[in-house]
Amino acid sequence: MKSFVFPEFQITRDEEKCGQCRGCERQCSFGTHTYDPAADRLISDDYKCAGCQRCVVFCPKNAIVVRPTPSFYRPNASWSREKLDDLKKQAETGGVILTGCGCDKPFRIYWDHIVLNAAQVTNPSIDPLREPMELRTFLGAKPDMMDISAKDGDVEIKTKLSPNLVVQTPILFSAMSYGAISYNAFRSLATAACKLGTYFNTGEGGLPREMREEFGRCAIVQVASGRFGIDAEYLNCGQAVEIKVGQGAKPGIGGHLPGEKVSLAVAETRMIPAGTDAISPAPHHDIYSIEDLSMLIYALKEATNYEKPISVKIAAVHNFAAIASGIVRAGADIIAIDGLRGGTGAAPKVIRDNVGIPIELAISSLDRRLRNEGIRNRCSIIAAGGIRCSSDVIKAIALGADAVYIGSAALIAMGCTLCQKCYTGKCNWGICTQDPRLSGRLNVEIASQRLSNLIFAWSHEISEMLGGMGINALESLRGNRDHLRGVGLYEWELDVLGIKGAGE
Amino acid sequence: MARAVLSESSLKADQLNENITTALIDATDLETKELNDQLMDLMLSGVKKVNIINVCGQRYIGTRLYTPQHLRMEIEIFGTPGNDLAAFLYGHKITVHGNAQDGVGNTMDAGEIIVEGRAGDVLGFSMRGGEIYVRDNCGYRTALHMKEYEGKRPVLVVGDSSQDFLGEYMAGGIVILLDLHDQTHKANFIGTGMHGGVIYLRGSVEPFQVGGQVAISPLDDADRVVLDQYVSRFVERFPEIGKSREEILNSQFVRLTPKSKRPYSNLYAY
Repeated sequence: MKSFVFPEFQITRDEEKCGQCRGCERQCSFGTHTYDPAADRLISDDYKCAGCQRCVVFCPKNAIVVRPTPSFYRPNASWSREKLDDLKKQAETGGVILTGCGCDKPFRIYWDHIVLNAAQVTNPSIDPLREPMELRTFLGAKPDMMDISAKDGDVEIKTKLSPNLVVQTPILFSAMSYGAISYNAFRSLATAACKLGTYFNTGEGGLPREMREEFGRCAIVQVASGRFGIDAEYLNCGQAVEIKVGQGAKPGIGGHLPGEKVSLAVAETRMIPAGTDAISPAPHHDIYSIEDLSMLIYALKEATNYEKPISVKIAAVHNFAAIASGIVRAGADIIAIDGLRGGTGAAPKVIRDNVGIPIELAISSLDRRLRNEGIRNRCSIIAAGGIRCSSDVIKAIALGADAVYIGSAALIAMGCTLCQKCYTGKCNWGICTQDPRLSGRLNVEIASQRLSNLIFAWSHEISEMLGGMGINALESLRGNRDHLRGVGLYEWELDVLGIKGAGE
Repeated sequence: MARAVLSESSLKADQLNENITTALIDATDLETKELNDQLMDLMLSGVKKVNIINVCGQRYIGTRLYTPQHLRMEIEIFGTPGNDLAAFLYGHKITVHGNAQDGVGNTMDAGEIIVEGRAGDVLGFSMRGGEIYVRDNCGYRTALHMKEYEGKRPVLVVGDSSQDFLGEYMAGGIVILLDLHDQTHKANFIGTGMHGGVIYLRGSVEPFQVGGQVAISPLDDADRVVLDQYVSRFVERFPEIGKSREEILNSQFVRLTPKSKRPYSNLYAY
């Protein structure tokens, strides 16, 4: 059937600059560029372009420009080009529109409507270059009361403490499975996490055996509905276990890792036959209630000898705060909430763009709910989904999060350009692919260095902002909404966020 | 530290295979965690076999028993163990002299479970290895998302039948329902989303009872060999059923297999 969808991108090549080196041809896994030997020039097929900018960055002559196509349907506020194109694709295939990355629709980004405080005159600001700033964070349940005894100057804690994760900076790498991302990308995250004193999350694809000893100390191992790659050794090699119930990019639905991406090594790690679809059902079929969830939480505590905190990850949806309260009561030590803009390797576009609520609102309502119920100390909150910079992190913490997960931001640090073609498995940046030719482009040493640099820079910026507020420990900012003010927000939004308007 | 010393001695016990020691736990008034603490301590001290009496609802029996040196243990349970019996089981053998509840063998990796009675819902959920034998019936959602991998091929044999959603999302393994009391299989939605593995039913099943992804076919010789092997083991474990291996094998059986390993391959547009 002839497709009526026209190309998304227009590729122009400056023929005077182009040296016919054919680098662009080699760089593009989508087959966009081909060499015509008769004419001794390169030809580009706009239809095949994913807009990932790989050829642009790697053209030694800087001869290529890829931009959104100037072609247009007659402008129509209701029928946008995207709506028309998606509709045509569905008319041509009868399929569900698949996409990658996080929701790109213009829902209000609350981070950009919240401003931070700074100390002036009274309560002087602190210079982080001169004075110690404490960013270290403990994730896990804290006791209701601390019973201590002091004898001859020695203090002893008598209360039995729950296991906690210690992070040197409140930024962890979000769950991205080996299978969804390449081995090199996965290993880069692990390497950077260990170097930085934080954690990476295995996602639901297991942890390759050869990585367990070296990287287990900075791994959060995930248990999702597909139960891939899970055995007692896997559960015990990490420092925490996370039960994945939901994901911000696709709340309420499961995942299908297509057989094409289940290579031998991915199959071995997931412990399934190569080439079969790895299907994660929408729910955990042993969890239909909070009581069932509690059963799995304690099964995992049993399986790990009560030595590791158990996290439960849910998507932020309408009534999630009440559910989260149940999750805390079910025995979870950490709740990870993933907001509307959370990323994914593959999700139906209609789900990605229409289901869930923004993380900013979710953090605040969850923190408030747990405080009101007097159980906030019994779990830590990790917020995820749309954290783009250090100020997003610090605002998340002031709204009540203990730490944040970053996914898209980490991938961008490694080279991702959010082209949203993750589900094709042809990622030219070597991140979201199992093709050894492509994944080999990602050098673990360099990629992990880029990740370390990013977290180092953000941590320093967080220290600067904290110092500016006259605070020398992140703990003092946690849930401290007095340091936030809203700009351009409606009353109800300020109420949900629990912050005042600017000037108030 | 004490545990490390104990585990050293257990290694020695491992080498002397004939030196099998049996311990007894009275589970009366023991909480789940207390019972499992005791089991772990016994295993680390080199005990190879434990009988637990007066079990009444204690959960996760066998779940904790993971050691890096892969110690193995045999457990006999007298009474009724609670939910998630043998969840994540790592190669141990558990016999229940009585009924079991929900979640038996949840995400089990290896080992053997024998239930001299019935089992509840979500039996063998996501199980990847080992064998489970249940003498009587089992509940809903049996063998959900059971999977297999290389040498690991889980087996579940049930003496009677199961409720709805048997083998949903099944990705591997062997499930055998013997319907020994000729009650016929009443489950619906059998094998919905199935993309691997095989289910053998003694007797027959109507097409409306199975999911759209499932093919119903008669047995071939290879199937007979598999059935023979596991029915023999079943009869060995439960002589009280009063039926011989031949008697069972000479009945009619049907085989359920997935039509495709890629049930969702045509779902998407790019």
